[in-house]
Amino acid sequence: MNEIWANEAVRSAVLISSKPGSFIAGADLNMLEACKTAQEVTQLSQDGQKMLEKIEHSPKPVVAAISGSCLGGGLEVAIACHYRVATKDKKTVLGTPEVLLGLLPGAGGTQRLPKMVGLPAAFDMMLTGRNIRADRAKKMGLVDQLVEPLGPGLKTPEARTIEYLEEVAISFARGLANKTVSAKRSRGFMQRLTDYAMALPFVRQQVYKTVESKVQKQTKGLYPAPLKIIEVVKTGLDQGNDAGYLIEAQSFGQLAVTKESKALMGLYHGQVHCKKNKFGTPQKEVKTLAVLGAGLMGAGIAQVSVDKGIKTILKDTTQKGLDRGQQQVYKGLNSKVKKKSLTSFERDSILSNMLGQLDYEGFEKADMVIEAVFEDINIKHKVLKEVEAVIPAHCIFASNTSALPISQIAAASKRPEKVIGMHYFSPVDKMQLLEIITTDKTSQDTAASAVAVGLKQGKVVIVVKDGPGFYTTRCLGPMLSEVVRVLQEGVDPKKVDAISTAFGFPVGAATLIDEVGVDVATHVAEDLGKAFGPRFGGGSIDLFKLMVQRGFLGRKAGKGFYVYQEGVKNRSVNSGMDEILEKFRVPANPDVCSDEDIQMRLVTRFVNEAAMCLQEGILSSPVEGDIGAVFGLGFPPCLGGPFRFADSFGARQLVDKLRKYEAVYGSQFTPCQLLLDHANSPGKKFHQ
Amino acid sequence: MLSSALRNLPVSSAWAAGAFARSFSCSSQFQASVQPKTKKTLGKTGVKNVVVVEGVRIPFLQSGTSYADLMPHDLARAALQGLLTRTNVPKDVVDYIVYGTVIQEVKTSNVAREAALGAGFSDKTPAHTVTMACISSNQAMTTGVGMIAAGQCDVVVAGGTMLTLNRAKSLGQKLSLISKIRPDYFTPELPAVAEFSTSETMGHSADRLAAAFGISRLEQDEYALRSHTLAKKAQDEGLLQDVVPFKVPGKDTVTKDNGIRPSSMEQMGKLKPAFVKPYGTVTAANSSFLTDGASAILIMSEEKALAMGYKPKAYLRDFVYVSQDPKDQLLLGPTYATPKVLEKAGLSLSDIDVFEFHEAFAGQILANLKAMDSDWFAQNYMGRKSKVGAPPLDKFNTWGGSLSLGHPFGATGCRLVITAAHRLKKEGGQYGLVAACAAGGQGHAMIVELYPQ
Repeated sequence: MNEIWANEAVRSAVLISSKPGSFIAGADLNMLEACKTAQEVTQLSQDGQKMLEKIEHSPKPVVAAISGSCLGGGLEVAIACHYRVATKDKKTVLGTPEVLLGLLPGAGGTQRLPKMVGLPAAFDMMLTGRNIRADRAKKMGLVDQLVEPLGPGLKTPEARTIEYLEEVAISFARGLANKTVSAKRSRGFMQRLTDYAMALPFVRQQVYKTVESKVQKQTKGLYPAPLKIIEVVKTGLDQGNDAGYLIEAQSFGQLAVTKESKALMGLYHGQVHCKKNKFGTPQKEVKTLAVLGAGLMGAGIAQVSVDKGIKTILKDTTQKGLDRGQQQVYKGLNSKVKKKSLTSFERDSILSNMLGQLDYEGFEKADMVIEAVFEDINIKHKVLKEVEAVIPAHCIFASNTSALPISQIAAASKRPEKVIGMHYFSPVDKMQLLEIITTDKTSQDTAASAVAVGLKQGKVVIVVKDGPGFYTTRCLGPMLSEVVRVLQEGVDPKKVDAISTAFGFPVGAATLIDEVGVDVATHVAEDLGKAFGPRFGGGSIDLFKLMVQRGFLGRKAGKGFYVYQEGVKNRSVNSGMDEILEKFRVPANPDVCSDEDIQMRLVTRFVNEAAMCLQEGILSSPVEGDIGAVFGLGFPPCLGGPFRFADSFGARQLVDKLRKYEAVYGSQFTPCQLLLDHANSPGKKFHQ
Repeated sequence: MLSSALRNLPVSSAWAAGAFARSFSCSSQFQASVQPKTKKTLGKTGVKNVVVVEGVRIPFLQSGTSYADLMPHDLARAALQGLLTRTNVPKDVVDYIVYGTVIQEVKTSNVAREAALGAGFSDKTPAHTVTMACISSNQAMTTGVGMIAAGQCDVVVAGGTMLTLNRAKSLGQKLSLISKIRPDYFTPELPAVAEFSTSETMGHSADRLAAAFGISRLEQDEYALRSHTLAKKAQDEGLLQDVVPFKVPGKDTVTKDNGIRPSSMEQMGKLKPAFVKPYGTVTAANSSFLTDGASAILIMSEEKALAMGYKPKAYLRDFVYVSQDPKDQLLLGPTYATPKVLEKAGLSLSDIDVFEFHEAFAGQILANLKAMDSDWFAQNYMGRKSKVGAPPLDKFNTWGGSLSLGHPFGATGCRLVITAAHRLKKEGGQYGLVAACAAGGQGHAMIVELYPQ
């Protein structure tokens, strides 16, 4: 940069990335993590601020030419420039995702962004961390010009598009230097009105208040970053730039060393880790996928496959079921059309790759079959045999089951090396996790293929060993059992929900049971109870059984712990449950029934079971355990997952808590050996 | 005769046998005529020769000028009447009529039939309408060629028509038109129909295409200026013999195309980009403008034409239709179609004496020329071993093109064919190559061979 300022012949400059697919995708996290103290991080932030200030105050105009991701520090660089030209393609996204890592934009972003896009939009960007597509960014005033991606010419489309972006950016840089182009944006009437309103202190105060209360409500005070962001923006606007930059750097330093930030960064690294295929490239790419069962799960799996270009067969046994499933896929894609992330033409051409059918026609061309039929071992065996009669030799049979052991399913197979578990989470198009389960007989190539399909579907993939409940269901089991006991002890469902969400769970524990379905929960609890014995006890399974008998199956039946009505947001507690809860009432021991104790009872059982999965080799690493718990089960992200939590809370303290509850409730709280080992050697951590 | 023909044939070519065999089956006229060149002729054994007897068009006018109060079938009718006058073909000899159109007017959706009835053709002559965007009249002609070659018809009239309907009907609508008058109201309107599959307008796609091939604004303006200059020259020299006058009801007789406006580079340079704003390169001046017009062509089997005493102008030989990605290669039809049709006819680019390409946009033509001259493009996108080569400009659209003469979507194909025939005669060539792109990412090319004089 100094050369640009020093060289008289240079009149303007264009900043462009030589790396395809990315302008600057944020700062180097490793650099942050290497810092030991808040002061060191603050120093980093101040260095960044100074560098960007130089660009902002450069007498020679600097144009940012953006193609690909322009996130975090990248966005801060871009908004410090005098003009921004961006490629209008799906890969070009702008955003400030720092909040998702428990941080804030620390190189002047909190100060420049409100001035550029207005206060409400700036808060929205910084507090949600959402990615903004190029066309939206243009409308917001975040970029000044768009460049349409080019097709093939005398070079590849990608290479020529970047070249073209550079040419266009240069023409604007020249224009700025010649004063034929003005960097001042024409703002619409509404924008000017908002700007005017935001200039009034009392309006700003009102905005701060509204945003603050919203953040408070959503984060329950568990995440420090959003509140800091509000404070920093506020300081900058009310007390001027110097104060703003100073507090930005200081807050950035403070946030970087919080345990929340460490937890979120851990999850980020974990996600990156789980986006790789450790089994390598499969011998044969899955081009045709067949999904058995067009229920919620089956249709969801079909949707996330067909929209990634995999030819998909969706098979059901009844026309009615198939129609419902096909409609679900259509609706899922159509909602993207409504949100303009897909054109109606793209939707139609995607759907032309999906075949709905009632027979096994075309299965001879399938590379993989995923069954999502009813959770009954006999039905699974029947389906497996039918399928194996029609599929080619290389075809993989994957079972989407949440609890039935895969080896048990594979027992009916002629070629168990091709059988694997693929446990999706509902709703499939929203939930990021895919839990893949390998048996002793599953071949490496089968695993590689399943992971490749999962990654193509856009999933974060963990691979675990076979066993009852695998990893995720198994961890959830003891916790839900404890929820039932808490309910039996007389805590009402609303309170249970409030206590669990206050701990950071995105969905309350009672609501979670309604969402999963009481019948499914009963089924799983019985299976796991049989497999693991008293450790999975606690709440009475008969309570569930009675609920099923009464038809209180949860959300899908309209009644569970709550009453669900279409269009009613504030659901009320199902009064029919009073009698049932009364019937199974057990006395509560006040020593272990404070809100905090209840939270710890739920969480310690979860963490203890997770540790046991690692101890038994079900899990291959704590990273996958954390990712699975957070992305599949909603374990509080601010805690970073059960293993990260064990590290930050302290294994010793965790074991102490377990012992305390063990004294009251018995073996369900007996800490596992691995946790004890960690408790006994203080330096030992799951995450180094 | 035979030995001299054989000497000039490519050695051991499969075509040698074909040409040899046909030289027996060929008409006596051919045997007797003196050929300026001794290239082989392209007929095929067992396939009827199809000839163009005559082709005409009414003057192509900028939309909203003298034809503004008419309907599409009126223009088609005028072209058909012009053809009848020129050829004196007895109406009852015509076996079939095919017309091309792009945007169908609701009341006359089978515009071929309405125009034929109005032009006084026999009500016993069936007619149908085809549509394939800018190559609709090419499709009409090749439909006719197919019918004749298959022995189902002997005489077919093909053509195309296009009229932008934008008449204000009520007083209120008329008044609202006045309010729209701005200084830029009088600059020609550009075709802005968006591609359904991509929602992108053609001009926008053309701008991206020009950028993809690195074609500058200057090059595009230069090419557009060339088109207008050549068209003006052709018009002044009376070379555009296909134009027939049209007495528009309530108005004066129209005798000339009115979109030919040779300007200066300075004038053209002042225009702002029309689609990719503010930095694009496609402007109103280097694009074809919205045009009203119609064309008609009389095609027959060779025997029939000769039996009726006509002197055909040209043979219609091999033709191809191609299609490709409607997003990024929307306007590259000629690039794909040219090598394919040459291969089919057993010719190479250097055998072609006359090129008539549809000029949708100057940038589109220049992009096609670059693509045709690129081995990289041929190998990576067309699955060919090497490039076909770019046509030399001294043989290329030398009497103007769609940029200057205008481009009534449905009618251009016939103009290209008849112009190729006229140029072959005038310039003493034997083979002409006609090519065009069309919305939907489609394209067409055809070989026109001069009828032995």
